[in-house]
Amino acid sequence: MGKKVARRMVQLRYLAHARSGDKGDTANVGLIALKPEYYRVLAREVTAARVAAHFDGVIRGSVERFELPNLGALNFLLHGALGGGGTLSLKTDAQGKVYSTALLRMEIPVPAGLRVD
Amino acid sequence: MNETRSVVRIASGQGFWGDALDAPVRQVEGGSIDYLMMDYLAEVTMSIMQKQRARNPAMGYARDFVPLMRRILPAVIADGVRVISNAGGVNPRACAEAILAEARDLELPRRPRIGVVTGDDILDRLDDLLARGHLLVNLDTGEPLTAVRDRVQSANAYLGAVPVIDALRQGADAVVTGRVTDTGLTLGPMMYEFGWAADDWDRIAAGTVAGHIIECGAQCTGGNCLVGWRDLPNMADPGYPIVEATPGGTFAVTKHPGTGGRVSVASVTEQLVYEMGDPRHYITPDGVADFTSIALRQAGDNRVEVSGVRGGPATDSLKVSVSYHYGFKAVGTLVYAWPDAHAKAMMADRILRERLDRLGLEFEEILTEYVGVDATHGRVAGDPDPDIAEVQLRVGVRAPDRAPVERFSREIAPLILNGPPSVTGFAGGRPKVEEIVAYWPALIAKSEIEARVEVIDA
Repeated sequence: MGKKVARRMVQLRYLAHARSGDKGDTANVGLIALKPEYYRVLAREVTAARVAAHFDGVIRGSVERFELPNLGALNFLLHGALGGGGTLSLKTDAQGKVYSTALLRMEIPVPAGLRVD
Repeated sequence: MNETRSVVRIASGQGFWGDALDAPVRQVEGGSIDYLMMDYLAEVTMSIMQKQRARNPAMGYARDFVPLMRRILPAVIADGVRVISNAGGVNPRACAEAILAEARDLELPRRPRIGVVTGDDILDRLDDLLARGHLLVNLDTGEPLTAVRDRVQSANAYLGAVPVIDALRQGADAVVTGRVTDTGLTLGPMMYEFGWAADDWDRIAAGTVAGHIIECGAQCTGGNCLVGWRDLPNMADPGYPIVEATPGGTFAVTKHPGTGGRVSVASVTEQLVYEMGDPRHYITPDGVADFTSIALRQAGDNRVEVSGVRGGPATDSLKVSVSYHYGFKAVGTLVYAWPDAHAKAMMADRILRERLDRLGLEFEEILTEYVGVDATHGRVAGDPDPDIAEVQLRVGVRAPDRAPVERFSREIAPLILNGPPSVTGFAGGRPKVEEIVAYWPALIAKSEIEARVEVIDA
């Protein structure tokens, strides 16, 4: 066990920005650290499992995660997210354009000493 | 070919068919550029164009492109700006001929030469391909194309940069293509200008990344950008992106001086991750780009330098996009006002569903959303403000047959008089019944597809 670090909960909108899009019935969300020092926290805390739990009842399939440390970004694929996708979808957000900010609602624990604007 | 240039400026003038009409003209007039690249095609666009061509053999391309070319042809000829676009849709030859017809009215110093790229359209070859064992299996579902063969409306393989290069070599002032990848339209002129080999995977990956960054127009120059959106300057006139490419593969993303928006590491990064799958394998007909190798640097105001891009060999297949008739859908809306707006909208939904049920209508799906409550973020948004000013009820239905969807479209308006109170917002009339043309992604062996290039001037 490592030493205990004091943590507090911070909403992702203060740590990251995001853009999302579609491929068939899958939405992708690119989550991008607002500051380079936030990337490690995002990579540690925003796991595929947590994102799947965040979207429980909203998406039907699984969540995949890819890391892009060079861009300070994580890419998530949310399968079964678009009500059939493309032209089949009856959803307002048929192309997954605003899954981006839906992810930014998530809260994650960050070290208490991390400066967040 | 001329001596290799040290910098080639490729401007994006259109992020999709329907983007700002004047953007390409502003790219041509706003400063020096060498190429104007315009992406017009989405998956569904091809089926619309096939229907247009079926009605009139001279149609089947992005019609907006012809009057646009008329506006910019004088600059194309005078300044040597070369145009590259997939506006040709399913009939690039007719598109090129329409442009040449326009050119005859203009007093140009010489006749424009239009490159025509075809060979992507495999609609007429489908039965032959299927008979020879090309199953065109759906990449999402695993089904063979035979499952929907009788309902297919269009089928196109994605061509890459190579035919674009051929057309430029043959002296085309403008290259009009069918289904060439968005990225190939930008990579093509780079390979042509710098003489990059077809197996120079890192540089091909760099050109592919450049194409991905500018293929959605102003979406990399401040459009749809979350960072600092309140303070972006002059978004009434956003600058569309320009790539300044160099022979080594490093390039800069910028825009014309005096235009609005902002080119920043944030704006470019957002576009890089847009519609991304596995970032290590961004697959195109020309090669495979590794997005985890990209380095970005703010190199000045409205200038982002992109370097370090690595790539790998192209695969031996091409993506195929098939569109087919799926069924019908309609979406109806009503607006409920305070007090208890959400509760009223929910009651209206229950009543509507009961009526649809009683009518014995069968739908593949009925989807209810409450705009103001859950339409964008679903249950992630949490409970609505109990005092919410208004909620829009939005109900969509989908079915294989038109009849139940048509009947649904007549069940919304009655709710205004015979449902829950304080309802409005039906000014638009009955919901429109739309045909659903669905998209079938597949792969085909590269050896089956041969791009054809011709350059015409009369």
